[in-house]
Amino acid sequence: MTLSALVDDRHIIICTGTGGVGKTTTAAVLALEAARRGRRAVVVTIDPAKRLADTLGIKELGNTPALIEGDWPGELWAMMLDTKSTFDALVATYASDEEQADRILGNRFYRNISGALSGTQEYMAAEKLYELHESERFDLVVVDTPPTRHALDFLDAPRRLTAFLDHKLFRTLVVPTKAYMKAVNLAAQAVMRTMGRVVGTEALEDGLAFFSAFEGMEQGFRERAAHVQALLTQPTTAYVLVASPRADTVAEAAYFADRLEKSAVPVAALIINRVHPRFGKGLGPAARKRAKALATTPLAGLARNLAEFRTMADGEERHLVDLTERVAPAPVARVPFLPHDVHDLDTLTEIASHLF
Amino acid sequence: MDPAEFLRASRVVIVAGKGGVGKTTVTAALARRAGQAGLTTLVVDLEGRSGLPDLFGQPALGYQPSVLVPGGGGTADVLGRTLTPDDALFEYLEDHGLRRVSKRLVASGAMDVVATAAPGIRDILVLGKVKQLERADAADLIILDAPAAGHAITFLLAARSLLDAVRVGPVHTQAADVLELLTDPERCSVVLVTLPEETPVNELVETAFTLEDRVGVSLGPVVVNGLYPTIEGLDVDPGDEPDADAFRAAAAFRRARTEQQEEQLRRLAERLPLPQWRLPFLFEADLGPAHVDELAAAFG
Repeated sequence: MTLSALVDDRHIIICTGTGGVGKTTTAAVLALEAARRGRRAVVVTIDPAKRLADTLGIKELGNTPALIEGDWPGELWAMMLDTKSTFDALVATYASDEEQADRILGNRFYRNISGALSGTQEYMAAEKLYELHESERFDLVVVDTPPTRHALDFLDAPRRLTAFLDHKLFRTLVVPTKAYMKAVNLAAQAVMRTMGRVVGTEALEDGLAFFSAFEGMEQGFRERAAHVQALLTQPTTAYVLVASPRADTVAEAAYFADRLEKSAVPVAALIINRVHPRFGKGLGPAARKRAKALATTPLAGLARNLAEFRTMADGEERHLVDLTERVAPAPVARVPFLPHDVHDLDTLTEIASHLF
Repeated sequence: MDPAEFLRASRVVIVAGKGGVGKTTVTAALARRAGQAGLTTLVVDLEGRSGLPDLFGQPALGYQPSVLVPGGGGTADVLGRTLTPDDALFEYLEDHGLRRVSKRLVASGAMDVVATAAPGIRDILVLGKVKQLERADAADLIILDAPAAGHAITFLLAARSLLDAVRVGPVHTQAADVLELLTDPERCSVVLVTLPEETPVNELVETAFTLEDRVGVSLGPVVVNGLYPTIEGLDVDPGDEPDADAFRAAAAFRRARTEQQEEQLRRLAERLPLPQWRLPFLFEADLGPAHVDELAAAFG
């Protein structure tokens, strides 16, 4: 399936890869292309550096989609995920009443989870994706995942967060009602005392207060998480792996590809950004030989420059051949390292011209 | 700024920057430069999976320090080790007589719950261990390959936030000690790394101000990595030489990129009044010890 077909047919595209490879830009380009092909597309970014807003030439992005004006038959929307308000909204949805919601939202432990627990950002991204998909306002939702060294963080986030919220140890302490639970409870309390020595008792009390306030909501959360998880593995969802040709990122990308494969969500396409251009035809060694021969002539600078770029292109090619084989039969698209920076719709369009 | 002088005056240098700017390469080169200046240098890798040992042609790092570059002839050893949050936690629990429960705490996931109750606790344990290494004179200089950009801020802010969140107990003491290390310019400074491109430069400036204002950490020179070196004679007309078109296209590309770089260097200097160390782009897709040496020399 070609990249064009993905943008035409899929409902969800998840861009994944390590930090600094251009995931945000790639996500924006895919959504832009969908809009140009007449679809209603929204791109969701998680980047705390507000890069997407910069690139789309708008001042700020919020937690709800903003329409990007442009000359295309479809629609292009963009939003930046706000982990905390997304989580707050979820709590409000599943709380039995306002009082329960307030108790949770005001709890310090909850505020820590919603801001800092690893995996929360990934889960809220998945949650937002689900919400946008269910709203039926969009034909395609493109998500830029948080930079991570673990390919499955995103895929696995719903399960991990619910496991966390269901934590047995805390449950035993919060719900010590049945007599036969007493023994378990005593053991749990010993562990808690130990933890208290590490982090201080206040933090623990906050935690207990949270789990006790959360009582009764786990079911709703669990069901929701199951739907989100199902959406992430549907055939209408595509994973696009983004990489750059540097040795370390190629190794990471290969690792990502393997992990995705093992989870039965194979890479649908590989996009490689910042590939050094190969000027003309010919390889590094010949170009270097020629540069040597011309070293004392006026052409020395030109020849050396060409030799350097061809040497670079050879090296990158070696890295990319292996990675391409690894993701086969997924299509591989390359975006050259451009002579200028990417910072507006025109440059996004230029990148699209290399992909489609 | 003279790198040898800067490195001699530091005990702990934290290298930070957003993903893809070559933070690990810069860490390696800086460590090599320190070794050349006669400082026994220990590189601490927080993720345990970085490309650092590859750059030195050495096998993967472990919890025990191993030699990355042996000293000799006026240079000192460059050593490397890993220090993941889990390592730091186990060690901390052991130090506090909790060895027996430590495995169970981590395996049961209970530690995740606790770490959420007091976020930043993992970071503090890692930085606490670094402080301990510094106090124990584990090396003349410790260089820390910090987590990528946004995370670097959270990582370094952990001490201050934990001081407020946990008001008594061993973690409080630990956080206070770490903050003392981070804010003492005689002991610790942060070296930020960027590429000569618009977005990385913007992010570097933002990170620099946040770190100074909110953590109070002293900033060392900034490293601008990956600058195309200038080549003379790119404007020469190749006439109808073989490859003339490729010559022209490659020269035009390099000129355009070089202009961009100059512009970004100027913007950076304007917005952030810190000394700059500039490292060349190496036209090699696979970097090894020879390249690390080349970059170490480029610090001056």
